[in-house]
Amino acid sequence: MMSLESESIEIIREAVATAHNPVMMYSIGKDSSVMLHLARKAFHPAPPPFPLLHVDTGWKFKAMYAHRDRMVAESGVKLITHTNPAGLAEGVGPFTHGSSYHTDVMKTQALKQALDAHGFDVVFGGARRDEEKSRAKERVFSFRAPGHRWDPKAQRPELWNLYNSRIKPGETIRVFPISNWTELDIWQYIHQENIPIVPLYLAAERPVVQRGGQWIMVDDERIPLEPGETPEMRRVRFRTLGCWPLTAAIDSDADTLEAVIAETFNARSSERQGRLIDSDSPGSMEKKKQEGYF
Amino acid sequence: MDTLQAKDIASFLDSQSHKPTLRFITCGSVDDGKSTLIGRLLYESKAIFDDQLASLESDSRRFGTQGEKMDLALLVDGLQAEREQGITIDVAYRFFATERRRYIVADTPGHEQYTRNMATGASTADLAVILVDARKGVLTQTRRHSRIVAMMGIRHVVLAVNKLDLMDYSETTFNDIAEGYRSFAAGFGFDSIQAIPLSGLDGDNVLVKSARTPWYLGPSLMSYLDTVDVGDARERHAFRMPVQWVNRPNLDFRGFCGRLAEGSVRPGDAVRVMPSGVQTTIKAVLSGFDEVEAAQSGEAVTLTLADEVDASRGDVLVAADAAPDVADQFDVKLLWMSEHAMFPGRQYLMKLATKEVTATVTEIKYREDVNTGAHLAARELGLNEIATVNLSTSAPVVFEPYGVNRVLGSFILIDKLTFETVGAGMIDFALRRASTIPWQAVELDKSLRSAQKHQRPRCIWFTGLPGAGKSTIANLLDKRLYAEGRHTYLLDGDNVRHGLNRDLGFTEAGRVENIRRVAEVAKLMVDAGLIVLVSFISPFRTERRMARELFAEGEFLEVFVDAPIEECERRDRKGLYAKARRGELQHVTGIDSPYEVPESPDVHLDAVHRDPQACVEQVLDALSRL
Ligand SMILES: Nc1nc2c(ncn2[C@@H]2O[C@H](COP(=O)(O)OP(=O)(O)O)[C@@H](O)[C@H]2O)c(=O)[nH]1
Repeated sequence: MMSLESESIEIIREAVATAHNPVMMYSIGKDSSVMLHLARKAFHPAPPPFPLLHVDTGWKFKAMYAHRDRMVAESGVKLITHTNPAGLAEGVGPFTHGSSYHTDVMKTQALKQALDAHGFDVVFGGARRDEEKSRAKERVFSFRAPGHRWDPKAQRPELWNLYNSRIKPGETIRVFPISNWTELDIWQYIHQENIPIVPLYLAAERPVVQRGGQWIMVDDERIPLEPGETPEMRRVRFRTLGCWPLTAAIDSDADTLEAVIAETFNARSSERQGRLIDSDSPGSMEKKKQEGYF
Repeated sequence: MDTLQAKDIASFLDSQSHKPTLRFITCGSVDDGKSTLIGRLLYESKAIFDDQLASLESDSRRFGTQGEKMDLALLVDGLQAEREQGITIDVAYRFFATERRRYIVADTPGHEQYTRNMATGASTADLAVILVDARKGVLTQTRRHSRIVAMMGIRHVVLAVNKLDLMDYSETTFNDIAEGYRSFAAGFGFDSIQAIPLSGLDGDNVLVKSARTPWYLGPSLMSYLDTVDVGDARERHAFRMPVQWVNRPNLDFRGFCGRLAEGSVRPGDAVRVMPSGVQTTIKAVLSGFDEVEAAQSGEAVTLTLADEVDASRGDVLVAADAAPDVADQFDVKLLWMSEHAMFPGRQYLMKLATKEVTATVTEIKYREDVNTGAHLAARELGLNEIATVNLSTSAPVVFEPYGVNRVLGSFILIDKLTFETVGAGMIDFALRRASTIPWQAVELDKSLRSAQKHQRPRCIWFTGLPGAGKSTIANLLDKRLYAEGRHTYLLDGDNVRHGLNRDLGFTEAGRVENIRRVAEVAKLMVDAGLIVLVSFISPFRTERRMARELFAEGEFLEVFVDAPIEECERRDRKGLYAKARRGELQHVTGIDSPYEVPESPDVHLDAVHRDPQACVEQVLDALSRL
């Protein structure tokens, strides 16, 4: 744990020391929470010398917004939020426009807009290599051509802990400080460091409906219920958090952090299963990445 | 593994947080069974979840090579393009854990054209698993893998003799391979070599010992990985911490952030700031939010110092009584990782720990054949080639030999124009210490020398295709300046090639060195207070930029003599183009050797529509505005 933590802190400091205008993606989930905690440790007693960026699709769980505001107040870090104005005007949402269009407009396009508007050159992200096959080859410093394009061939070799952060105007770098963490490491660290997380990660009675064999929580009234469909109360929790209509809950009794860790350790299905965008087609995550999805 | 209960969590977490991490690399060529073996390790250690298994089953049907059986190799085949080509072409990192250890596996392809990827994976590994197909035994590729692994400083090797099922689990086959390997590897200085008979496909000796190899008395692969001691057998090392970042939130706090490369540190320790050598003591050691009693090698900390000493990013804090050397010329092992060849004399950015300087290879001592280890002569280094070279840096660098300290002994080279990472190097030793070569203290300096001549020294650099009119214009300008009472000198490509650069050819390497020497000569002349006119084709941006960087701001004027190749060929004053077209001459710029057009020259001369005299006026005008 100590060596993982030290490696991540080294990466964060290295990126900040060489960046002109760094920013940290803050998605409010557990990985973001760990990343923010590491950044606070890296620069203590100063606050992290960069703002947080939350790309708000307008469809996050209510509990996530509450948690975000609390963490920002506590850490003293500046928060920038951005929602794609065109998507907002168009009323884009996962129910009306489908998950991939929603994700593209409200997440991928919105992220590019925000990065371009502020001219950020170094962008921290909380992705981990163990999450998905195409991420196993992702660099810690991932190079993006102008237009945020990810070209697997243009990635720079990373030897030792020597990262090359030199870029030309228009190019950017995504930096993944927790690349080498596994899901279990994340939970252990949250436990060890007492890091606050969104309560949705712990089991509770929540209103859900079944869609495509998965439990979707009814977080507000925007969900179009089928005739005869009524939300039922079930004891569920989330292994990953995103837009609520696109994030499936799992049946669980784990209502303490300890129980969540036990369940994770014994788990027989991977956390990305709860994300409805991954399994569209083989290589779908890879395609999204080339288009600029985080 | 047993099912975990929430109530046991405290002891579980305790054991987890003290679980050591072992990083290893797997090396094998296509079809040695590397992906299958890694897939099995992940599968057996339960790093694979049910939904991943389900997608594996569907993938197995679509892409698999195992008929109706699950193809474990697909668990680790990453990018779609590679999957379609059926090969692995990059470094992938995999994670799994046992009850004893966490593992990070660098999974790299083993073909010769992927030496770069293997070196990348090996650079952070403690151990290497080298696969051999039992039917084929130790091959050229096995030797290559071992050589790279040894070069990158890995001291522990597992020789995985795979596919033994296809050899009826023959003891003789295994022993022959193991013995052959040991005698071959004797010269590499590995601390340990463990040979293990395996079938990755059927799982023999992967997790537990197989009944089909009763003659094998050693451990299974997994239990060997779980127990092998890769600890550093060397003496305890003195404290070293490269400064990454100076943390200065207010006037009362100045912290030096970094990660300990070696040794330990506690408050009260006497330390030095290198390269300046200034001494002070540690006031406090901060780890995260807390002040701590001590920090060990590998920890990221913030240190405060007792005195207000000068230290910044790139400096190294070290134990006061055991400071490392500082030097600016090194003997290094260099791996080239770019499609653009490395030429001696060309400048690159060098990053060593947190220090960035400019570096130049001054000499390639020899290139090494990765397959045989044979020493070969070389004038340049291509992609995936390895050489021992002399490297010279623009400023003194705090270092230690790679064999002693990986952090202060390893570096990367970055292209100055594209910013790609083009080289990786390991320092063997310093050729001379920086401190032993104080610059000759010169009392008469450039400003005195130029004041005496009543002029401001300049370097006017003409670049363009052969026949564009560089020499004509430069000659006219030279005469004009002379007539105005200026002290000038004209360096012309053809003349210099007859004398100073007589030993250089027209290959890319020769052209790079040609320009380097001329630029250095021009710099000495500018130092002497002269206005120097340089008329050289100088086809490459990198060298023109290198030349510019030798001079002070405003001292250098890049003049692009622009005439299209058709026009130059039509003029063909020296008959060069005609010869090239007849095939009598090679490496002619514009024909079979490239010319990189200047992107933003200080002066752009249209040498087709304006006559030479008008061009001279244009240069003079630019000079007067410098
Ligand atoms: N008989 C046998 N075949 C194997 C074994 N390991 C791998 N193979 C087969 O060898 C081929 C290449 O394996 P793969 O793991 O893709 O090799 P890689 O290219 O080194 O990753 C596949 O057809 C595997 O099924 C083994 O232990 N025994």
